[in-house]
Amino acid sequence: MEDTRPLLLEVEDLKTYMFLDEGTVHAVDGASFSVRRGETLGIVGESGCGKSITARSIMRIVRKPGKIVNGKILWHRTPPSPGNLGQTLDLTTLPEQGEEMRNIRGGEIAMVFQEPMSSLSPVHTIGNQIMEVIMLHQKVSKQEAREKTLLMLNQVGMPQPSRIIDRYPHQLSGGMRQRAMIAMALSCHPDLLIADEPTTALDVTTEAQILSLMRRLQEELGMAIMFITHNLGVVAQMTERVIVMYMGRVVEDASVDDLFYDPKHPYTQALLRSIPRMGSKALGEHTRLASIKGTVPDPFNLPKGCPFHPRCEHAMPGICNVIDPGVTQVGPNHTTRCHLYGDPSQVIPLESKTPASSVA
Amino acid sequence: MSSQQAREISIANELDESLNPSEQAYVAPQWKLMYWKFRKHRMAVVSLFILILFYIGAAFCEFIAPYDPEAFSTNFVAAPPTRIHFFDDHGTFRGPFVYGYKRERDPETLRPLYTEDKALIYPIGFFVRGSEYKMWGLFNTNIHLFGIGAKPDEQGVFLLGADRLGRDLFSRIIYGSRISLSIGLVGVFLSLILGIILGGISGYYGGFVDNIIQRIIEFIRSIPSIPLWMGLSAALPANWPVVRVYFAITVILSLISWTGLARVVRGRFLALREEDFVLAARLVGSSEMRVILRHMVPSFLSYIIASLTLSIPGVILAETGLSFLGLGLRAPAISWGVLLQEAQNLRSVALAPWVLLPGVAVVTSILAFNFLGDGLRDAADPYSR
Amino acid sequence: MAKYILKRILYMIPTLFVISIISFAIIQLPPGDFLTSYVATLRQQGEDIDATAIKALEEQYGLNQPIYVQYGKWMRNILLYGDFGLSFEWRRPVKDLIWERIGLTVFISLLTILVTWIISIPAAVYVATHQYSFLDYLISFISFVGLGTPGFLIALVYLWIMLSVFGVNAAGLFSEQYINAPWNWDKIVDMMSRIWAPVLILALDNTAGIIRTVRANLLDELNKPYVETARAKGLKERILIWKYPVRVALNPFFSTVGWTLAALVSGETLVAVVLNIQTSGPLLLRALTSQDMYLAGAFVLLLSALTVLGTLISDILLAIADPRIRLEG
Repeated sequence: MEDTRPLLLEVEDLKTYMFLDEGTVHAVDGASFSVRRGETLGIVGESGCGKSITARSIMRIVRKPGKIVNGKILWHRTPPSPGNLGQTLDLTTLPEQGEEMRNIRGGEIAMVFQEPMSSLSPVHTIGNQIMEVIMLHQKVSKQEAREKTLLMLNQVGMPQPSRIIDRYPHQLSGGMRQRAMIAMALSCHPDLLIADEPTTALDVTTEAQILSLMRRLQEELGMAIMFITHNLGVVAQMTERVIVMYMGRVVEDASVDDLFYDPKHPYTQALLRSIPRMGSKALGEHTRLASIKGTVPDPFNLPKGCPFHPRCEHAMPGICNVIDPGVTQVGPNHTTRCHLYGDPSQVIPLESKTPASSVA
Repeated sequence: MSSQQAREISIANELDESLNPSEQAYVAPQWKLMYWKFRKHRMAVVSLFILILFYIGAAFCEFIAPYDPEAFSTNFVAAPPTRIHFFDDHGTFRGPFVYGYKRERDPETLRPLYTEDKALIYPIGFFVRGSEYKMWGLFNTNIHLFGIGAKPDEQGVFLLGADRLGRDLFSRIIYGSRISLSIGLVGVFLSLILGIILGGISGYYGGFVDNIIQRIIEFIRSIPSIPLWMGLSAALPANWPVVRVYFAITVILSLISWTGLARVVRGRFLALREEDFVLAARLVGSSEMRVILRHMVPSFLSYIIASLTLSIPGVILAETGLSFLGLGLRAPAISWGVLLQEAQNLRSVALAPWVLLPGVAVVTSILAFNFLGDGLRDAADPYSR
Repeated sequence: MAKYILKRILYMIPTLFVISIISFAIIQLPPGDFLTSYVATLRQQGEDIDATAIKALEEQYGLNQPIYVQYGKWMRNILLYGDFGLSFEWRRPVKDLIWERIGLTVFISLLTILVTWIISIPAAVYVATHQYSFLDYLISFISFVGLGTPGFLIALVYLWIMLSVFGVNAAGLFSEQYINAPWNWDKIVDMMSRIWAPVLILALDNTAGIIRTVRANLLDELNKPYVETARAKGLKERILIWKYPVRVALNPFFSTVGWTLAALVSGETLVAVVLNIQTSGPLLLRALTSQDMYLAGAFVLLLSALTVLGTLISDILLAIADPRIRLEG
């Protein structure tokens, strides 16, 4: 089944490095993926795998000492239609503080952050902070911005929007703050919403409310969502397609069904095994919960070859610890980066890797 | 991934594997980490050396100063700093020496003018005999570090010039450092005792006691210190001996300046009280005293030392300010503030600008303490960046 | 909000009480009571004072009564009649001598705070957002030197330079012809042309500390998530920095305004003595050295009380600026 929705965002071989005193960390190390209009893409991986930096690279808000050093981020601003090729921008070429990038940031691509507690300014009212985005990206008066803010707060299911609008963040509960964040992000009707672990800091009931709110809003507004999380349950519930990241690269890209029922990459398989299953006891299974052996490698000292090989059950000596695997097609719309699914001699290394820099 | 995470991961990994020399940092004892961190703060290291020099000068001032600080000579009123030569007019090397002064008077302003008399050469000697003094009250001697051996009335070597009475400013500054630098240490020591006791009580017990002590600290910090100090020290009887005035002033200064230290101690105590290792020590049945002395004090000692160092300048400045106003120590006591009183008279500054030099000594020592304190504060937390 | 202000005002009462006790203690500290010294001074100057007048003064200040009665009378005279006692050196009521001086002190202090902020806040913001740049090092260096150099030394050096380079005696707040002139427009203009020196010297003294605190606060705030939120909105960097982190970083700084005020009044005392400015400092010094204790006590009392009042005002301003305090009480 071919997805015919037009492409919205294409990330090609993105590399974002952090230049620290101790050495260079390859936070995002050749990630490639795409998002279609209206699609919900999940990005999963352990802490520190480069999910958040990928999101910040797309927004072009990577802070020093981080820097995008390679790759393209193609933003298909208007979809191609008959007789019109559409407009496409490479975000990596735009000046970070330039007008065009600032218009895209917050206007066309919006972001919701992890910590609803600290992601809102403590000394400005909710209304002030939401109206600011509206007035920034739309030519409206203060009065109109306030009306739009009230509408938006209503739409995210905020109780008593007309009172909440003049409240300060510390007077709101965590769930309400996150609703406010979502209202702020969606107030300019972006084409892409990047949600960076938006429910991690919330309790389970609130999390469920926020997730169903996001699904409803997506139906109503039709934007694409990039859902960053380490919670596979949330992925199963929310997304259509998933990419799995490990050490700054995409190791598997599959539809959500393929990922859960036919995972290919040993890392994905290990991740899935580490989810506790409800009712496994009733089935008479008394097994220990699996964990992935070893820890994430030292970011200053990446292993040679496939970065996962020291922890991989299927590692093939002489291959996995020598050659970096390329991308292999393992099914329709399903790719992975692993030597198990291709003839290693056929694999053309993506690029000769520079040896990992040593500790200064 | 943030750099913080990256560092934590790398530390965790390194500990698993065998260590190579560059990884010693992960197993080094805390004091060693502190030492490394401190060494990286160049200004702090330089400052430490300067302060050591200053304190040696203060300890051995009788020996280092070439003259008695009270010795005066009308022949050298407002004499400028003496130039030290190594080669004479013919270009022959003669070792360090000074020329004699030729004294004239400006016919209009009647100001004394000094020029060098190239005919008179006084070589500078080391360990020369000069005025008699009693070293640390132990023995009499007359050996000085350097001097020119000439009679004081005939010619002198004034490294930093002479004041309106013809007294050697270098000697006076060296003598002054004894009071000015020691009052900082003694004052801070007294504040430390007050600060640790009250701050410790405040932070350890919290609640009502804490509230009361915090109010007191806020109160003391919210009243202007100098007018209060002025009022209190003006009340000291004028006929008290120098030593008693010295201690009275120190007590007055530390009565007000303990608040900063108390705040630091309290803050550390509050933070440490919540730490797991303190809870752990308590759970295994350590006594309160043992918890405090064995577990809590070592982990904030370094902070205390750092903030002690940072509060010394305040005391030095306060003494200087009070003595400058004539309300602190008074002549015949010599401190940098007393010396600066001379500079209150604009005419004498115009005549002999070098009377401002005690101010340079004050600023240097204060900056040195600030830099040193900064370095120590960085070192106190060796895991931060 | 009203509850918060009320609470702060209630806190102030014990503070003012303790201040009044300390000031009274300062008056009492020198040996002998003021009346004896007063009569002695008068006699020295060949004047006599009759017994009934002495009796009246004794009664007015409760001099033959226990110390707490004296304190009570002193306080009652101040609170009810604004009578701070007599200055025996000037032989005038203290209240006639202090208000103009105190007014000038307050004026210079407020002007200095204003100048300090105008210099130090932008500098701190620049330094925090351009860490490790050349200007960062330069400003840090200057503020270190400012921190180490007491204002009165800078004032001394300033006088010396003005005298030796320009041949001008820069001491004093007024040119000669205005010193004893009544206040008029020309005198104000003359004062403003000279007031910048003490104000700048005092500001330099305080700027250093403020730059260091604000820089440290701001460096903390710059890494907070709400800054990233603002950045993700598409705001211009300069606008977002001033609207969000600077705004938050200034809050803890405003809460120390009270101490700044105390430090300022302290520093002002010394600088004013050096620059011979007719604020409270030099008169307080003179009163102390000549043991004119009612005058000295009144200065200590008023300067301290004004600083406490300033702290209260700054606390209220802080509450207005920071909703977290305003709404919690």
